[in-house]
Order: sequence, then C-alpha cells, then structure tokens
Amino acid sequence: MKLNSQIIQNIRTDFPILEEKIYGKPLIYFDNAATTQKPFCVLQKIEYAYKHLNANIHRGVHYLSQKATEAHEEARSAIAGFMGAAKREEIVFTRGTTEAINLIAFSFGEAFCQEGDEIIISVMEHHSNIVPWQMLCERKKLKLRVIPMNEKGELQIDIFRKLLNEKTKLVSVTHVSNVLGTVNPVGEIIRISHEMNVPVLIDGAQSVPHIPVNVQKLDADFYVFSGHKVYGPTGIGVLYGKEKWLNELPPYQGGGEMIEKVSFEKTTYNVLPFKFEAGTPDYIGSTALAEALHYISEIGLENVAAYEQELTAYAKEQLSTIEGIRFFGTAAEKSAVISFLVGSIHPYDIGMLLDKLGIAVRTGHHCAQPLMDSLHIPGTVRASFSFYNTKEEIDVFVAALKRVVGMLS
Amino acid sequence: MFKSLNMVSINQIQDEIIEDFAQFDDWMDKYALLIDLGNSLEPIDDQYKVPQNIIEGCQSRVWLAAELNGDGRIVYKAESDAILVKGIVALLLRLFSGRTPDEILNADLYFVEKIGLREHLSPTRSNGLLAMIKQIKLYALAYKSKMG
Ligand SMILES: Cc1ncc(COP(=O)(O)O)c(C=O)c1O
Repeated sequence: MKLNSQIIQNIRTDFPILEEKIYGKPLIYFDNAATTQKPFCVLQKIEYAYKHLNANIHRGVHYLSQKATEAHEEARSAIAGFMGAAKREEIVFTRGTTEAINLIAFSFGEAFCQEGDEIIISVMEHHSNIVPWQMLCERKKLKLRVIPMNEKGELQIDIFRKLLNEKTKLVSVTHVSNVLGTVNPVGEIIRISHEMNVPVLIDGAQSVPHIPVNVQKLDADFYVFSGHKVYGPTGIGVLYGKEKWLNELPPYQGGGEMIEKVSFEKTTYNVLPFKFEAGTPDYIGSTALAEALHYISEIGLENVAAYEQELTAYAKEQLSTIEGIRFFGTAAEKSAVISFLVGSIHPYDIGMLLDKLGIAVRTGHHCAQPLMDSLHIPGTVRASFSFYNTKEEIDVFVAALKRVVGMLS
Repeated sequence: MFKSLNMVSINQIQDEIIEDFAQFDDWMDKYALLIDLGNSLEPIDDQYKVPQNIIEGCQSRVWLAAELNGDGRIVYKAESDAILVKGIVALLLRLFSGRTPDEILNADLYFVEKIGLREHLSPTRSNGLLAMIKQIKLYALAYKSKMG
C-alpha cells in the first residue's frame, strides 16, 4: 500500500498532538529523530493498562497480577516477532537505547574484556554509544578504536577491516546516524566482524522507526532501540541479544525479579531474560510499546520507508533553493534526516526563529560532539521526518526558513 | 561617558528596554529588534575570546570578560557567535557595563520576565541568559571583595 496524501491525512488524525497550535501557529514537528509523537492507540493502551491490568507482575497469584504478567510477556513475544528474534527470551526490556548499551558495556566487559583489548565504534556515534565504552575502557584499560567516514558521511569499511584484529572484543555501531541520516552497511560490518569471531552490537535507535529490521537476517549479536523513538512511550527500550551471548553475560543490576534464590551466603540468578531485569519492570510501557510496533507494522515499514524517502527527497530539493545552504550527510543510503547550515548563520538563531513560527527542529551538536569535531562545525540545524509529515508542511518550513534567513543575514 | 550613563539608574534602563519591546506584539518583531541590537554590538578583541571566558551551558558560544576601570566601575566585554544571543548580550552590557560592583550586585532584573525573555529564550538554558547574569554578578562580587 503506497502511502498517498489521503492515507497520510487519515494517519495524522491518529496523532492528537498534531492539532496543537504553537504561538498560535499550527505545529510542524520535524524533530522526530529526538522523539516521535504517539498515536491514540498507544495512549489508549496506557490508560487501559492502568485502568484494567495494573498489578505487579510475576509475583501475585491473584487475577490482576496474572493479567498484567500475561500482557507484559505477550509484549515481549510481539517485540521478538517484530525484530525477527529466534526466541522471546532474547528480548530484554531496558529504559531505552542508552541503558541497553550500558548493560552490554558493563556485562560484556566483565565477562570478556581484559587489559589491552579493543572495542571498535564509529565516528558518527551518539554519545550513548561512545561514553559507555569509554567507561569500560577506563575500567578495564581497553583501547577504543574509531571507524572514520568519507566526506559524504559513509563509514570507511576498508579502514574498518584494518582496525579489526585479534585484540578486538566487540564492535558497536549505529544502524542509522541521528545527524547525517546515513544508513550504515551493518550487515557487511557484522559479516566482516564474524569472520574474526567478533560480536557486534547495533544501535537501532534511528533505524527501527524507519526501516524494516530483522536481527536474524542481519545476524546481529546485540540490537538495541528506544520505545519513544518508535511511537511508543518513554522509559522503555529493548535489548535484543543472541541467547548464547546473554547466557554468558553476568547480570547488570541486582534486585528483585532477576534472582532465582537469595540467601545471605549466596544468590543465584534467574533465567533469561529475567536475569537482566532487576526490579519491577515497566509492564505498562512494554504493553504500550508492543501496541506502537503493531501500529507501524499495520502501516508497514516498507511503506513508511518509501514515503519518508519521498518526503526527504522533496525537502532536500526545496531546501536547495536557499542560497548558501550546506548539507551534512549525503550518503547514497540515507534515512529521513536532513542536517544543514546556511551561510555563517548560527544554528541556534535559525532554531529559535523557526520555533516562533511553530516549527520544531533540533539545533546543536545532537549528542554527537566527536562527529561535529570531525566536520569542523559546532552544530547543525536538523529536520527529521516521520510518515505523519507532509509536503505541505515542508513547503511551510522552507518558506519560514527563507524568511528567517532573510532576517539573520 | 560612564558619568552620563550613570545618571540613569539600572531600573530606568530596564524600563526603557521593556518599553522598546512592548512596541511589538509579534515575537518575530521582538526578535528583529534583538537582531538589530546584536548587530550593533561592538565586536570584542580577540584577546578576550579565550576558553576561560566562555560561559558553559550555552548552545552558542558566549565570551564574557570584565575589567575594573579607574573609578571603581566594572567594564564588561562580551560577545557571542549567535546573533540573538548577541542581542541579549547587548542588553546586559547596556544595563551593567560601567557600574559599580554594588549597583550590579543589588540589581533586581525584572526586565527579563517583563519582555518575556525568560519564557521565550531560556526554557532550556540553551542561550545561557541566566548563566550570563550569574557570571556578571560573580565578577562584581570578586571586584567588590578585591576593593575591600
Ligand atoms: C543513534 C542514537 N543512539 C542512541 C540514542 C539514545 O537514545 P535514548 O536517549 O532513548 O536512550 C539516540 C537518541 O537520540 C540516538 O539517536
């Protein structure tokens, strides 16, 4: 089903926030890479769960606790299906991408890393896929290696091959760059790494909302994403890990849920996935996240990807008519993100003035300071799209940008 | 120059600023005024654009330095690489530069609320308005204790 403008208009009515007025102007929300808006069905699911399913899970013998447990575990199964995981036990709930990466950096580091070992990341990582590894490197005296990119914003796979060596313990790269929109060849990166028996973690924060992902086809060892970026609630995220790896890793946090038996002499840990889920889990969040994934699956991620590509190409074409505009990230494979600067105007000035016209874009370094340094810029203006955005909104945005640039030059 | 400026109190200048902004209803017009103010701000010497003078916590870079002149008044030098922030800097310099430490320390800045700067420009601290005011006062405090 091709998403035409009639379908998009219907889809827009699913998202109540799109009716908001900002300073009296209709909201144009182009900050989808930061977080996405929520459809009614997700909001209703949250309300429904609190009204009809709320009880602590896995513990109570009573009816409500059973219902809540079922909902949470059904969500896990649905997410496993959505990602193409082999088993539902391979899905661990976290607070988000950041916590999932921290979990692996800690537990994998404890189990497998020793002084002198190496971890490989890339130059276009979000701070969430840099800092946990730096902390591990500091703790265990490891070395962090960085895959560079070319001037279009594509990772240099030939150099990556040279960085891989017998000391490499893990490769952690983003599937899609939150700044450049580059879709990295993660299948190839995984294949190359596996030739050296090195496992790979993929940061899927910016891919899961925009392109179909199948962790088994990719053969990813770990794949992580955040609920809030894929139309689900904040505070819930997913760590997929191959069973064989998760079984070998020690727990990350201790507490309730994650134990099998506790005594003051010795505590034994629960089986997967509970070993990694200390404390009362966000069972409302998991249920609502499953609803969000169901929602986009109904629309179809292929359709979403095709429509967003069309939208992004249109935006790029229209923006190109602005004198002095410079785009960052011109990779052949690109997602629905456009980062730019105009002349010598500071991105902050553009963002502030666009805001007053009802347009939400992101400005700054986008939590990717090393990437900004490598581009020799302090930041960019970033417009990031979703399938609920329209060409009409892009027209308004481009006209507003022209006005703002006129005021600022 | 400082004498004549000093005839007018900080509060009188605040009232002037409030009046200037009150002319406009639309925020785009208020911003146009801020841009004009930013454009009229004298650039500072490169010697002041050093990392020690950068105010942290801003999306744009803001440099702020202060010197004590012969009559015990503080002269502030400040600039930013974002024009809107430069506009704010211009307002702050108009209020504070050339004043005594006591005047600066005792100032109650109500213009920020009144022209909607707090609401419109600093919800995320991203322009560092509050950080700038804090730093201006810190300089005043430092010079006051130095002067004894
Ligand atoms: C590529 C990438 N990785 C990680 C994150 C962090 O996600 P979260 O803050 O939801 O943990 C983001 C969010 O901005 C991102 O874009």
